Amino acid sequence: MRDVAVIGIGMTKWGELWKKSLRTIFVESALLALDDAGVDHIDSMVVGCMSSGLFVGQEHLASLLSDYLGKNPVPAARVESACSSGGLALRQGFIEVASGMSDIVLVGGVEKMTDVTGCEATFALGTAADQEYEGFHGLTFPGLYAMMAVAHMHKYGTTREQMALVAVKNHDNGSKNPLAQYPFKVTVDGVLQSVLVADPLRILDCSPITDGAAAVILCPADRAKKMKKPVIRITGSGQATDTIALSSRKEMTWIESTHLAGQKALSMAGRKIGDIDLFEVHDCFTIAEIMITEALGIVEKGRGGKAVEEGLTSLKGKFPVNPSGGLKAKGHPVGATGVAQAVEVVKQLRGEAAERQIKGAKRGLTQNMGGTGGSSVVHVLEAE
Amino acid sequence: MPNPAKAWREYPQRYRFEAEKCTKCGYVAFPPRLVCPQCGNRKFTKTKLAETGKLLTFTIIRVPPKPFEDQAPYAVGIAELADGVKLTAQVVDCDFAGLKVGMPVRLEFRKLYEEGEAGVIYYGYKFVPE
Amino acid sequence: MAGIVGYGAYIPRNRIKVEEIAKVWGADAPSYKKGLMLEEKSVPSPDQDTITMSVEASKNALRRAGIDPREIGAVYVGSESHPYAVKPSGTVLAEALNATPEVHTADLEFACKAGTEGMFIALSLVQAAAVKYGLAVGADTSQGAPGDALEYSTAAGAAAFIFGKDKLVAETLHTYSYTTDTPDFWRREYQYYPQHGGRFTGDPAYFSHILGAARGIMAKAGMKPADFQYVIFHQPNGKFPLRAGEILGFSRKQIDPGWLVPKLGNTYSGSSPLGLTATLDISKPEDMILLVSYGSGAGSDGFIFRVTERIDEVRNLAPRTRDMLDRNKNYIDYGMYAKYRRKIRKAE
Repeated sequence: MRDVAVIGIGMTKWGELWKKSLRTIFVESALLALDDAGVDHIDSMVVGCMSSGLFVGQEHLASLLSDYLGKNPVPAARVESACSSGGLALRQGFIEVASGMSDIVLVGGVEKMTDVTGCEATFALGTAADQEYEGFHGLTFPGLYAMMAVAHMHKYGTTREQMALVAVKNHDNGSKNPLAQYPFKVTVDGVLQSVLVADPLRILDCSPITDGAAAVILCPADRAKKMKKPVIRITGSGQATDTIALSSRKEMTWIESTHLAGQKALSMAGRKIGDIDLFEVHDCFTIAEIMITEALGIVEKGRGGKAVEEGLTSLKGKFPVNPSGGLKAKGHPVGATGVAQAVEVVKQLRGEAAERQIKGAKRGLTQNMGGTGGSSVVHVLEAE
Repeated sequence: MPNPAKAWREYPQRYRFEAEKCTKCGYVAFPPRLVCPQCGNRKFTKTKLAETGKLLTFTIIRVPPKPFEDQAPYAVGIAELADGVKLTAQVVDCDFAGLKVGMPVRLEFRKLYEEGEAGVIYYGYKFVPE
Repeated sequence: MAGIVGYGAYIPRNRIKVEEIAKVWGADAPSYKKGLMLEEKSVPSPDQDTITMSVEASKNALRRAGIDPREIGAVYVGSESHPYAVKPSGTVLAEALNATPEVHTADLEFACKAGTEGMFIALSLVQAAAVKYGLAVGADTSQGAPGDALEYSTAAGAAAFIFGKDKLVAETLHTYSYTTDTPDFWRREYQYYPQHGGRFTGDPAYFSHILGAARGIMAKAGMKPADFQYVIFHQPNGKFPLRAGEILGFSRKQIDPGWLVPKLGNTYSGSSPLGLTATLDISKPEDMILLVSYGSGAGSDGFIFRVTERIDEVRNLAPRTRDMLDRNKNYIDYGMYAKYRRKIRKAE
């Protein structure tokens, strides 16, 4: 297997982009990535998108986007694993370059979520759950994570305030990110008084509905050296699956797929969790970030809430989590999130993160998750 | 609008709680499956779910998906049934304030939703306090 | 000898008081309560309908019957609020009980009498040995027009009876039906609410048929009121069945156990059948019970039952009717009632 480098990143501002269609959003970010990499020719394209079919009625997406990017006739594929479609696209692109099958691969993620009503979007997102035995009963994603929160609070004593602190931290970080959908700060009281979505989760515990895209350009690491770019390598990639339904999980308070994917990625990179300088994780809901920090081994099982309270995962903490603002403040255009996490890590490793820069960052980890943990994809990226 | 076939196929589970038990490790699959997720065995015997249990967790959905727009707010929970199987369903006939982890529940036949004024009516099970 | 092998009831938990309804329409609650002898009525939750209640009542009947549901050869659901105009309630019920596919099913309608219609047919099939067991359910989520007198009484509930020839809980000694074309209460296709003939619904309708059937069956059986421990009449309000009893010569003591309407309302096809399940719950072996239903349009079905020893074994195998009526009640206000009963006009 060859070493793989990320030589270009591209992302435009995320939000409710009424004037822009899915194709426009994707192409804009892809062009930024190509320009950043200084390349025009690509060998292949991988697109992560959860459901262009349900959101805009469009399938055959990769072909459409290669057309609109002006890259016909390159091979193009769309991959899907619900909210980890972006991370999965990154993994597929990585495999293509590592295997020698392709040299320059464009990996993009995109989701256009505002062309449908709120109820329709909630339904579309709900298709990441078990349609016949969870969705049929009226469950939504906030509902599923709320049930995980109730179980976590009951088992470990995690509190509402600790969950709210995740939102406070991520909004604080997001306020320093010019591309974030919601670059404003929030307070614990603000979170706890915001409107209920699925008890005990409130609107400020939940990542928003967002339009957005992100893209990266991958190539073999020795070619990156020849191009005189800072060589940022993907040194580890791990993916794992778990039961689709929350009720089938062995432990509803533990995300096993993230634990396994994390172990695989770190082992491939030859690293331990303590070697990592920053983490971009899947905080679709505040409780998710708490459980992810436990599953990755940043903290002990059950201590995720306490860790956030103690500032362990803040920008200046020992294990900074979501310096970009996370899904919570940056936004969560589903298929794009996994790629945007890599964009942030690359920025940090290049020293280009301005106000939110983690000093001396050399190694970063991205963790992208689908559903309630039915899929997890983890990557480790390192600067020379 | 899906064809009624999709729901009709699940009637033995939704109406009668029919499940299947792995002949090798005893795992109870609800709904039935072709492969045991615990041991990989492909042989099963027919069984039925127990109809009582205790709530392991719950929430109250306030922002509903289509086609539950008319029903919010409603409670949903996961209960461990008397036979060890964990099941997800709405919790009804109960004040929200009374919902507690560990609450005893029983399965009751209820309407899940309708496809508008003219469409099919979908029936199934919900939890009620025991 | 054929008769009831198992019986079961189901009453939803929600209740609304007469005062709550009267408040909204500016009506005189005390006089409604006194005049109709009604206090409160049951209200189905939005996720309940004739089918869901029929399933639960039938499961209770199966618990008491102790039979294999695959041996049920006929399933009849009588209601005037079937969820579909075309597609039987009976097939959903039969499927839910595991009585399919070797079963005959039909939905019945005859205003408030559809429940006893099904009972008459199921019993007759058993007597003819055409089926081993027959299930009949009377269930309704009846609807009253806003501000109309009927809004105080239209309620929801279900009662189910499994008929057979062995393991009888109550032998059915006689049946008798009394029917004429009398347009006292009707609903045209595509109309949301029914209409009725006001005071015409009294003597020429309810009383004429109830009394006709009661006298007819007692003559056929050579019995008089004193021969019965209990009598159950159809209960559109509290007053009518008491007056019928008085006219015929029955005492309050005979009527009271099955007189559910003041706290339940009129469950239409479930009305006299639920009176029967409540009476069976407290009956003793050898008790003679007279049941006379009434359905507008119009007609009455009469049944004479004799309770057997098996009642002592089965009465507690499923929830009792009075327990479902009196316990775990959830009172709602008129706004919630209007929402549940789809009386609020919503956006398309």
